[in-house]
Amino acid sequence: MTTTRATIAVAPAVRVSGLRRAFGDREVLSGLDLDIAPGEFVALLGRSGSGKSTLLRALAGLDPDYAGSVRVPARRAVVFQEPRLQPWKRIVDNVSIGLQRRGSRDLARQALAEVGLSGHERAWPVTLSGGEAQRVALARALVREPDLLLLDEPFGALDALTRIRMHALLRQLCARHRPAVLLVTHDVDEAIVLADRITVLGPDGRLGPDTPVRLPTPRQRDTPEFGALRGRLLAELGVTELD
Amino acid sequence: MSTTDIPVALAAQPARTGTDTGTTAETGTAQQNVQHSDRRWLVEARTFGTRSRRLVPLPRPVRRMAGPVLLIAVWQLLGSLGLVSAAVLAPPSAVLSAGWDLARDGELGANLLASLTRAVDGLAIGVTAGLVLAVLAGLFRLGDDLLDSTMQILRALPVLGLVPLVIIWFGVGEVPKVALVVFGTIFPVYINTYAAIRGVDNRLVESGRAFGLGRAGLIRHVVLPGAIPGFLVGLRYALTASWLVLVIAEQLNATTGIGYLMNEAQTWNRTDIIVLGLLIYGVLGLLSDALVRFLERRLLVWRRGFGGA
Repeated sequence: MTTTRATIAVAPAVRVSGLRRAFGDREVLSGLDLDIAPGEFVALLGRSGSGKSTLLRALAGLDPDYAGSVRVPARRAVVFQEPRLQPWKRIVDNVSIGLQRRGSRDLARQALAEVGLSGHERAWPVTLSGGEAQRVALARALVREPDLLLLDEPFGALDALTRIRMHALLRQLCARHRPAVLLVTHDVDEAIVLADRITVLGPDGRLGPDTPVRLPTPRQRDTPEFGALRGRLLAELGVTELD
Repeated sequence: MSTTDIPVALAAQPARTGTDTGTTAETGTAQQNVQHSDRRWLVEARTFGTRSRRLVPLPRPVRRMAGPVLLIAVWQLLGSLGLVSAAVLAPPSAVLSAGWDLARDGELGANLLASLTRAVDGLAIGVTAGLVLAVLAGLFRLGDDLLDSTMQILRALPVLGLVPLVIIWFGVGEVPKVALVVFGTIFPVYINTYAAIRGVDNRLVESGRAFGLGRAGLIRHVVLPGAIPGFLVGLRYALTASWLVLVIAEQLNATTGIGYLMNEAQTWNRTDIIVLGLLIYGVLGLLSDALVRFLERRLLVWRRGFGGA
């Protein structure tokens, strides 16, 4: 852990210090600190309502009403829990939305090919399945070549089989593009499968100790190491697996 | 033998698999019971679908036309049999021949053109103004504060109650008629478009913002496309309103138009021409509706998700 900190100190992709955010009287984040190294995949676990999404929205620049310091790269992209595609834009135009560059459509086509949706460029969002729509959302994020990729429970609404396929796809894409990633999730297995490091947002509005994940990839869910890690994280979340 | 053929009965009567005739009779009853309950509780899945099987092999459009055709036939019969005099309600045949006469001497065409021109002028102004005001009030807080309450108050005024005032203001020419159409069409467009702009899904706006859209980009790529369905609803109301307003406006101090034609006919007790005028208004209403549906098909392809070049 100390070595990770040391590397980060050189040039972090994200540096959050003393982040506070309250809604009315309720303070959700109370002086939260978080560093993410370039190319590092961090999973943030927490119970629902713990403020995970609040942190992510602050990093995404969607919430200006925070106190403290949140330093992020200019190029960042979000994948929300729902695909949030503009229903009146064809898939390719949804991917290239907001891009000013010349040839952004070709880039969008390439990104769609990367997520396995070649040939769907001119389809309307309403015709896509949940998994396909979320892959479009992934392509829309990646086409921006972000230095920071923010994932807000992106696979929470997908069925179990699709979710496994999406995990594999996300691992592939991250290996290729190497963005720093913050994945917000409440799925402990998902966090272990994907992340380099897992941290838990506690009820006090701060992050708990880091848990580096040192399992060989691809990570098998049925190994004892995986189980032990899962048990530890669940305990930190205040859940016992065996009732 | 019978017991092996009927395993259900066998299971039901395991202790009595003897060879005496009594057992055979028993199992026979059991089988009947099984069949009986089978018939009672289980139905062939397909039977639900066959309910809608057509008894009359007529295409749907033909069946849908049956009602109107029957209505016209009864109407004609009432006239032909002398049950209803032409002074009260002219029969369809008289309406048709009146239409033919008016069409031949060019009177119908000229008056129809006059009415259409008023409707189109009024709609063009009213719809544009309603749309512009809705966009201003929907997108900008200042516009909202300045416009919305005013519009909500004005829309409560009955259009037709304005007729005397409009005549005093604009006299008896084309202007008061067009002005009434403008007044009748501006509010449905405004109300529906404003509500649609305000109702655009905030998550989509946020997503657009997260992917680098500025204010202008959000308006162009998210808010306005999202408001189109609401605008089209408003347009549909506006088209209906335009004909409604014209009916009245053209019966006041007009010298051309379908309403004028009907008003003249009233003086001479020509119910055939009055009914003809009503029919024309009806057809114009139908055509307006078809126009909006055409626009919907073109503008809202993304809703159905297929077609579109």
